Amino acid sequence: MELRSTVNGTGITVEIADNDLLVDLLRDRLGLKGTKRSCEVEVCGACTVLVDGKPVSSCMLLASEIDGAEVLTIEGLRDTDFFRAAEESFIRHAAVQCGFCTPGVLLTLSALAEQENSGGLDLKKELSGNLCRCTGYQALLAASGDLLS
Amino acid sequence: MTTVTPVRGYSRESTVLGSSVGRLDTPPKMSGRAEFTGDIEVPGMVHGSVLRSPYAHALIRTIDSSVAENMPGVVAVLTREDLMDIDPYYGHAIRDRPIVAFEKVRFVGEPIAAVAAETAAQAEAAMLQMEVDYEELPVAASLEAALAVDAPLLHGGELRPGAAHGLGNLPDRAGNVCYSYFIDRGDLELAEATADIVIDREYNFPAVYQYSMETHSVIAQHDGEEIRLWASCQHPFLVRAEIAKLFDLPVDRVRITVPYLGGGFGSKSYTKMEPLAVALARKAERPVKIVNRVDESMITTRRHNMNCRMRTMATSDGELLGREVELWLDTGAYADNGPRVAATAGDAAPGPYRWPSFKVDASCVYTNTGPSGSYRAFGATHLQWIGESQIDEVARAAGIDPLEIRNRSLLCPGEEVRARAKPLDADLIGDVNKAAVAIGWGRERIPNRGMGVSVGLLAAGAHPVSMATVKMDATGSVTLLVGSTEMGQGTRTVMAQIVAEVLTVPVTSVFVDGADTRFTPYDRSTGASRSTTVAGLAVKRAAEDVLDSLLETALEIFDLTDEAELDIQDGSVSHGSNSMTMAEIITSRFGFVGGELIGNGEVKPEGGSGSYEEGPVFWEVCVAAAEIEVDRATGVVRVLQTATVADVGTAINPLLIKRQDEGATLQGIGNALLEEMVYTEDGNLLNDTLLDYRVPTTLDLPDKMTCILVENNDGPGPFGAKGCGEGALAAVPAAIVNALADAGIPTCQLPITPERVWQQIQLPDNDNLEGMNNASIQ
Repeated sequence: MELRSTVNGTGITVEIADNDLLVDLLRDRLGLKGTKRSCEVEVCGACTVLVDGKPVSSCMLLASEIDGAEVLTIEGLRDTDFFRAAEESFIRHAAVQCGFCTPGVLLTLSALAEQENSGGLDLKKELSGNLCRCTGYQALLAASGDLLS
Repeated sequence: MTTVTPVRGYSRESTVLGSSVGRLDTPPKMSGRAEFTGDIEVPGMVHGSVLRSPYAHALIRTIDSSVAENMPGVVAVLTREDLMDIDPYYGHAIRDRPIVAFEKVRFVGEPIAAVAAETAAQAEAAMLQMEVDYEELPVAASLEAALAVDAPLLHGGELRPGAAHGLGNLPDRAGNVCYSYFIDRGDLELAEATADIVIDREYNFPAVYQYSMETHSVIAQHDGEEIRLWASCQHPFLVRAEIAKLFDLPVDRVRITVPYLGGGFGSKSYTKMEPLAVALARKAERPVKIVNRVDESMITTRRHNMNCRMRTMATSDGELLGREVELWLDTGAYADNGPRVAATAGDAAPGPYRWPSFKVDASCVYTNTGPSGSYRAFGATHLQWIGESQIDEVARAAGIDPLEIRNRSLLCPGEEVRARAKPLDADLIGDVNKAAVAIGWGRERIPNRGMGVSVGLLAAGAHPVSMATVKMDATGSVTLLVGSTEMGQGTRTVMAQIVAEVLTVPVTSVFVDGADTRFTPYDRSTGASRSTTVAGLAVKRAAEDVLDSLLETALEIFDLTDEAELDIQDGSVSHGSNSMTMAEIITSRFGFVGGELIGNGEVKPEGGSGSYEEGPVFWEVCVAAAEIEVDRATGVVRVLQTATVADVGTAINPLLIKRQDEGATLQGIGNALLEEMVYTEDGNLLNDTLLDYRVPTTLDLPDKMTCILVENNDGPGPFGAKGCGEGALAAVPAAIVNALADAGIPTCQLPITPERVWQQIQLPDNDNLEGMNNASIQ
């Protein structure tokens, strides 16, 4: 099918197969390598992107499902004020180790930041869908808390 | 500010050392610009898909690739027929593993063939069309089955030692046991005869998956005369040696580039997917990328599951008399790092106590399951929870506090840990008391809560051979070439700090990349907590070598003879009111803005061969305290707080050390409470996805994690530093087990799942330790 969508603010039209996954479209066709693939079963959150402002696991979403939708990946997020604030907070807390989970975490956080009362969220609950094997989460939660408050 | 030991006769206040400078690699990692192996595209590259065995043990009669070869996009199909011109076996410890299964398969998921195609989807589609005819063999997919008298043998013939096993002569193979490690010291019979308290139990440690979020990934290219690899590997120089030997090329014709790693934890140590990728690229005559799925990486390597029997003997007042340990580690179908894990587990078995006698018999056993290898704090994690729970049992039987028995019996600095090895270089009693205080040890009891402490040691540093090169050019910018792999721990930042400290330049002016074995000087490996200590010392020496050249030129310029007359600060060298920047000195040396100063540093074993027996570079302490709460209705155990101790000599970047310990603590909680790979009798891994193999999430965090840094400036590394980052993983499960026993629920099997705890609670008299298997208090 022919897919029309907006990715990071730019309109795209691409020919896709019915069973193409969003993560493959982003990484292999559009060259957006900041979206990472790990568990492939919607558990780890490394492949998180925003579709119409909502965080989704691109490893389990068919590319065809973003027809007509707006997609935001880390490559679109990194030019925002939100990203610059996140960078400051994450560096200060040393919240990034291997960095493989980080783009997905940032996309999740950027969606949380849009919520009312984003400063009062239970971040342990909100970030439980983003695995990180390096940090032990302490720094990640502290940096995220500072960012959203 | 930390006052540093004067470098070359001048002293100043440090702005770099001991400072938690921000990591240099955070911005690229946050923006998604940091490249991992799977992100790299090489011109002409095709994609590989691996055909894996559905049987745990079977002869391969025929392989038919005719359909697959004609599928769309297929460039090449690799089978055993393509490897007849080389000796296809590899393995750094035991050369037991073929690139693809030859006469038989030995585990479910073992590579049999591989397809290279224009797209990953085409490769997978073709792989599914491969036809293999098997003849099934009896399966030994557990330690019990593999050690049975009539067990099927996984490997026939003689075992060939690998090039980097480092364990002396390999003993003869007996059945499926591929390696044995013995220690026998003192008079155990005397201990037996005089003991009032004997604790004797059997224990099980589960198979655990390291789960680095980036799976094993590799790109290989073979143009006939040269091999290139981009690989997620922790030990590029050891992989280079194995690839060169396998494909019969000089070492300098194998070039490995190591991008950022998305976690390692030991899972990417030694050689993993690289030989298969090179073989496929050789056949395809195109670069090939292979990126594992998680289920493929789970059978590429894991932590050894283990059965153990331990017997501790003591007097009625808690004086330790002797300990006897037998343990069997399941190394899966191929040895990988199993022999070293067995030796390390054997060394960890007595625990760091003053034993009149002890005996250890450790066996590494082949089974028809995926291979087991290194995982952070291996050996120590396997044994510490067992040994430390028996120390607590002795304390309970003798009526003394767990902390008190440790204060009486732990080794002190300078005492012998193991024959021929370096004496203890840490204050374990001080460390464990710090951890205990941090969780409020001795506080009034709260129902359903318990507290525990644990102490252990880990031989750290591996073989101490590392080199580094520092280059400073005529504009003053600095490039560091060092082979340490950046896998999350922050090594590039710490190395830059070391260079910046010596040359008095900003950390951000030092550029550090990953290893490219063609240009980066040799570094044995990234693991065993060795990078800061061993490679870091080479880095310091390389920076000092540059400083030597700078000072030599400065003396000529200032017409002086004594370096003591020079002051070095903020990237400048001055004498009185005359001052020159380092860039100006280099420009002056070469007569124009060009040229560069090159400094080299080397670390080699001192006072010994550097072998495992004569090691370690330092003893890494494994010290923790934990408080848990158990819900007696559901069996759910919650970790309320933990405290861990990192004795780092000198903290070059304190915050990064804490982050290492926090990460290791949570992995310890995962190993203790959640994680277990479950194999069926016929060798199938049941839980091969993250859906049913559960690793800790934010919801598994303790309320409080305390990481205590101990700095005595006494390490063998740069500025008195010692490595860290593994000890907490060995210590935390042990502290949790002891805390749970303190709450009345002893355990002999990890992980401590709610189901197991609930069943334990239902046992009559579960508070009474005599109710469990063989404990006796005479």
